[in-house]
Amino acid sequence: MSTSPTRRSHGRWLPLAVFAAIAVLLAAGVWLSRNPHRDALPSPLIGKPAPDFRLPVLHEPGRMVTAAELRGEPYLLNVWGSWCPGCREEHAVISEFAKTKRVRVIGYNWKDEHSDALRWLEQFGNPYWLVLVDYEGHAAIDWGIYGAPETFLVDGNGTIVWKYVGPMTPEVLRTQLLPQVERLEAP
Amino acid sequence: MIRALLLALALCLAWPPAARAQAAVDPAPLTFENAAEETRFRSLILELRCVMCQNQSLADSNAQIAHDLRREVLALMRRGQSDAQIREHLVARYGEFVLYRPRVGPATWLLWFGPLVVLGAGGVVIWRIVAARRREPLPPIDDSQEW
Repeated sequence: MSTSPTRRSHGRWLPLAVFAAIAVLLAAGVWLSRNPHRDALPSPLIGKPAPDFRLPVLHEPGRMVTAAELRGEPYLLNVWGSWCPGCREEHAVISEFAKTKRVRVIGYNWKDEHSDALRWLEQFGNPYWLVLVDYEGHAAIDWGIYGAPETFLVDGNGTIVWKYVGPMTPEVLRTQLLPQVERLEAP
Repeated sequence: MIRALLLALALCLAWPPAARAQAAVDPAPLTFENAAEETRFRSLILELRCVMCQNQSLADSNAQIAHDLRREVLALMRRGQSDAQIREHLVARYGEFVLYRPRVGPATWLLWFGPLVVLGAGGVVIWRIVAARRREPLPPIDDSQEW
């Protein structure tokens, strides 16, 4: 044979190398997909000012609240709708957190019916300091909202510091939200 | 995966009220002033991704948020914004993810050029195998075998 032994041995290992490369690729895919939350989009708004909005209040039709009015103290903005089962699921967690009164908890009633929203709060309890209504979903686009529930933490300067997509669980509360709140409370 | 399943379940459970809410919330179907506007709108929403159902474009998706975003895109067009400005508007709110054609940058180099690199590597391997074979003399035909 005219091929040198080294060339031969290179050729012998090639299939194994290709196999190994594919195995590494697939393993990386499995590794990356282990996060059950991988569908959640990272928000480009974190670290940016909360968008300007002017929205009516659920319990006082006619009263409008703007982003500027909420500035000064941090608040937690919880996006919900009576049509959203995930919101029902996280309701107890939000209520528990609201009881601590560490930050104002503001409801963002998204694409709901007025009467449905009121009934939902009557039935399950109203943990919110204030409920804003976005029936059209127009202001929601400025917040980058694409589903409910979603939760934002905004600091006293009106900067979005944290966002969570999906129903909050006691674990998310403990491991993610509370450390953020503590940071805001630190002098 | 679990989230997707939950979402599907949620949609099934919530369908009747959600459908009602949707019927009430949705404005009349979008109307266009002229064919040019419609053509521009259609090509724009084809390359924007629905943020909720992440495998569909804004044009294909029937999700509530896709309705809202289509309306937003048309409104921005009518405000005289260019295609690039509209894309930028959505990227500022939802991130690079909304673009079906991500921009070329350090974060997307692998995405853009990875396939080319793999193709090139495959080409080199095949070329080397062919070249090696060409140098080998053909094996003598073995006539000794009996059927």
